[in-house]
Amino acid sequence: MTQAATYTHPATATGLDSWKVGFWTFIGSECLFFGSLISTYMVYKGESLVGPTSHEILNIPLTSISTFVLLTSSLMMVLALAAVQRGSRRGALLWLLLTAWFGSLFLGFQAFEFTQFYHEGLTPQKNLFGASFFVLTGFHGAHVTVGVIWLLTLWVLALRGRLGRADALKVEIAGLYWHFVDVVWIAIFTLVYLIQ
Amino acid sequence: MDWSLPELVSTFGEIDSIFWLITVITGVIFLGVEVALIYLVIRYRHREGRKAEYVHGHLGTEVVWTVIPFLIVLFLGFKSAGVWLEIKDPRRFPEEGVPLKVTAKQFEWNITYPGSDGRLDTGDDFIKRNQLHVPVGVPIRVTLTAEDVIHSFFLPQFRVKQDAVPGMEIQVWFQATKTGEYVLGCAELCGLGHYKMKGSVTVHTPEEFERWQAEEFERQREEAAS
Amino acid sequence: MAITKARAATVTAGPHARGGIWSWITTVDHKRIGILYGTSALVFFLVGGLEALLIRAQLARPENGFVGPETYNQLFTMHGTTMVFLVAMPAAVAFFNYIVPLQIGARDVAFPRLNALSYWVFLFGGLFMNSSFLLGQAPNGGWTGYVPLTGPRFAPGLHIDFWVLGLSMLGISSILGGVNFITTIINLRAPGMRLMRMPLFTWMTLVTSFLLVTAMPVIAVALILLIFDRFFGTSFYAPAGGGDPVLWQHLFWMFGHPEVYILILPAFGMVSEVIPTFSRKPLFGYAIMVYSGILIGFIGWGVWSHHMFATGLGPIADAFFAIATMIIAIPTGVKIFNWLATMWGGSLRFSTAMLFAIGVIASFTIGGISGIMHSAAPADLQQHDTYFVVAHFHYTIFGGTILGTFAGIYYWFPKMTGRLLDERLGKWHFWLMFLGFHLTFFPMHWIGLLGMPRRIFTYYDELGLGSLNLLATIGAFTQGVAVVLFLWNLLRSRRHGVVVGPNPWNAATLEWSIPSPPPEYNFAVIPEVHSREPLWERREATPAPPAPEPAIHLPPPSHWPIVVAFGVLLTFGLFLANVWWVPLGGVALVAFGVMNWAFEPGH
Repeated sequence: MTQAATYTHPATATGLDSWKVGFWTFIGSECLFFGSLISTYMVYKGESLVGPTSHEILNIPLTSISTFVLLTSSLMMVLALAAVQRGSRRGALLWLLLTAWFGSLFLGFQAFEFTQFYHEGLTPQKNLFGASFFVLTGFHGAHVTVGVIWLLTLWVLALRGRLGRADALKVEIAGLYWHFVDVVWIAIFTLVYLIQ
Repeated sequence: MDWSLPELVSTFGEIDSIFWLITVITGVIFLGVEVALIYLVIRYRHREGRKAEYVHGHLGTEVVWTVIPFLIVLFLGFKSAGVWLEIKDPRRFPEEGVPLKVTAKQFEWNITYPGSDGRLDTGDDFIKRNQLHVPVGVPIRVTLTAEDVIHSFFLPQFRVKQDAVPGMEIQVWFQATKTGEYVLGCAELCGLGHYKMKGSVTVHTPEEFERWQAEEFERQREEAAS
Repeated sequence: MAITKARAATVTAGPHARGGIWSWITTVDHKRIGILYGTSALVFFLVGGLEALLIRAQLARPENGFVGPETYNQLFTMHGTTMVFLVAMPAAVAFFNYIVPLQIGARDVAFPRLNALSYWVFLFGGLFMNSSFLLGQAPNGGWTGYVPLTGPRFAPGLHIDFWVLGLSMLGISSILGGVNFITTIINLRAPGMRLMRMPLFTWMTLVTSFLLVTAMPVIAVALILLIFDRFFGTSFYAPAGGGDPVLWQHLFWMFGHPEVYILILPAFGMVSEVIPTFSRKPLFGYAIMVYSGILIGFIGWGVWSHHMFATGLGPIADAFFAIATMIIAIPTGVKIFNWLATMWGGSLRFSTAMLFAIGVIASFTIGGISGIMHSAAPADLQQHDTYFVVAHFHYTIFGGTILGTFAGIYYWFPKMTGRLLDERLGKWHFWLMFLGFHLTFFPMHWIGLLGMPRRIFTYYDELGLGSLNLLATIGAFTQGVAVVLFLWNLLRSRRHGVVVGPNPWNAATLEWSIPSPPPEYNFAVIPEVHSREPLWERREATPAPPAPEPAIHLPPPSHWPIVVAFGVLLTFGLFLANVWWVPLGGVALVAFGVMNWAFEPGH
């Protein structure tokens, strides 16, 4: 990134922007959060007293598609950041909207999955699998929702011409968050869906 | 009134040995620190005309007071781990002795006795509330459960403490060394009546224990019949 | 909006709203937020102290009926929760806020509004939890909140709801605070303030912040699962539905043991500032002190199960945790030896701050030693959940954290107000508190060894524990008198204390280079640091100050932090309505606040 110096941030002791340091710290904290939720899921795997449990109900092909959708959105996010750093307003508008759109699509898949499970008799109250599954994926979904709102806000900024090169850091931080949420999903997809 | 641990009436004397060993070793360190502190406070109090010495540190000293405590705690750690395994390792649990089932619930201890056949889950089992009777000199194998919340099976004079967790069956054992009356308490907050959740422990001679079991079984059967 | 911007441009311009309630509500100045934290912690300290006195009054004699079992359970639960989360932690954070930016030569923290948000969320969480007293439904499940006793089946009513929701809010506040201080310390150090030149207090703040950021999410998950059990009928902790109550203990103590070090490390940092200053010597073994603090932070993560020796985890796991716990005693012991070595060869002046710091060395050692006893699993078995444990953790948390914090208060009060706390009253305060403290807690070692379990509302005379308990009660009331003296000293000295200059103690660190109290912008010129004791070195060669900076940009006040905090309060508070969508009202307010926050000019 040769144009990284297009905006100036206040001099810091490390030369890193404070927002970036702070946000990485926050992501570290989030790792522990999701780590604890995933551990809870793993501890309760196979401990449900009644069905349905994972292998009876999880739809791997469908979730593979939604995983692919979310991963694609990460690529869009990279392109959005590149566009902003280039100073391309049109590129920023396009890729930010697409990232948000793919994120929403993922949420749509999740909503569909949740309703499907509900009709098949799986609720958080039903058994331990339901409880730990819905809480884990629900909190991930909430994170995606926050990300989508964040991206749309940036999109509105770009629309009003207030997202120039100097604001690349804002997009970069949003991107950090977005990629992190993606990585968490990969962990969930692997541990919950693939390894049963 | 005792001024330290209560009277010991089980074979877990090693618990006390560990406790005293640590007390003595750390007691020496404690005295050392306090004496040094008092000495320094007096010796180096501010006096006109004497300046503080400018010292930043000394690596050798640091190494000494890191390594020595390290060796001490390592010694204590492995020693106590050994004792712990002796008490808690399931492979070393006694296979003989009297099996009991203890079920805790708010706020009472229900103890199932095996009866004269010495086996649980047979026709001559009976339940006694808040009264733990055991014979002296024989291992007592307790299967511990709880019906509602977590309780803790606490026999201070026997150096026994084990949580009773709902949904789990936990094995614990001990062996009394002296006949007499002792106490059974609950050591885990279990609700409003936690303070009154206690029972008595009676250690009999083996013959007495047999007689007590037989009498109690008869008594309960007559009660049920009438 | 343009006006706000102009106002921000120079510090001298305009009504920065120096006084008045509104200026405090909207402040983003780290010093004011520090004072808010400190004052709130003090008020909660009085509440928690009152609870302690009621507990001791009840236990003064056997079979006492001063309060009933229900009230008693609420008292000890709230005493523990208050002292840990609403006193010890915010008191430390008060000093993080006030002192750390000054020690590293910064004009504020990295995220001033986030700092205000942390404070307001903390305050609302604390008030929310304590408001349960008004309904007579204060939490009653112990500060450790073991399930299933705190689950929906065995704890109907609002008691535990207040606890679990209030704690969740405090967790959020702590995580945000941790992120802020890590960033501040990493990024806002003045030129030349290398990591290994930072004052010990700043170092311990850094380690503590890392612990906050990593430990709090774990208890957040524990609490979320309990919230789901209580409000949405899941069975995470309910054995009837297959749930495992021991999961709570793991999550709670995985947080809980780092939490212990969150409580003690800031006090260690304060003591490490006070002792060198009043010994007129640099800290002995600075590097070792730093590394041992970091090591404590790391090992603190590997010892949680020593709280569960009586639970039944399996002997191998128990043995591992026992040895890990033994090992953590070493860096702690090393700190004590280094403090002693700092005093060796010094020229000691016994100000009240120094007395409290010495009090920490004398008292914490006892807590450390009983800690070693607990780490020996077999010995712990006898002591677990008895008054011996109560004695142990009061020796560490009171003898370490509270005495250490008082050292910090006497030490830094002149920096905050420009006036000294009265030294004569201070010495009365110290001696009454020190003696009262030992009188209260030393007998508890025996009370516990003899088999008195903790958390029982009364006891019978047969154990012969009446006189020891009475002694403890007398000690507790002695401490009460000491606290009253301290309060009086605080109120009086704020107005009438001896006026002092920038550096009344002749201390070495940067915070003492600027006026007392410091101006809003702290440093007129950001200093350049050449050593660990800049004010002691400067004696020899005072460098000419560089040219003054043209304008100092300080962020303008903002009311959005308190709005967002109020949204957080609503989100959690509205759970009490027990309708799943109602808390979304609070979420909406948070979203609204955050949006406005993001686009607030001047930040």
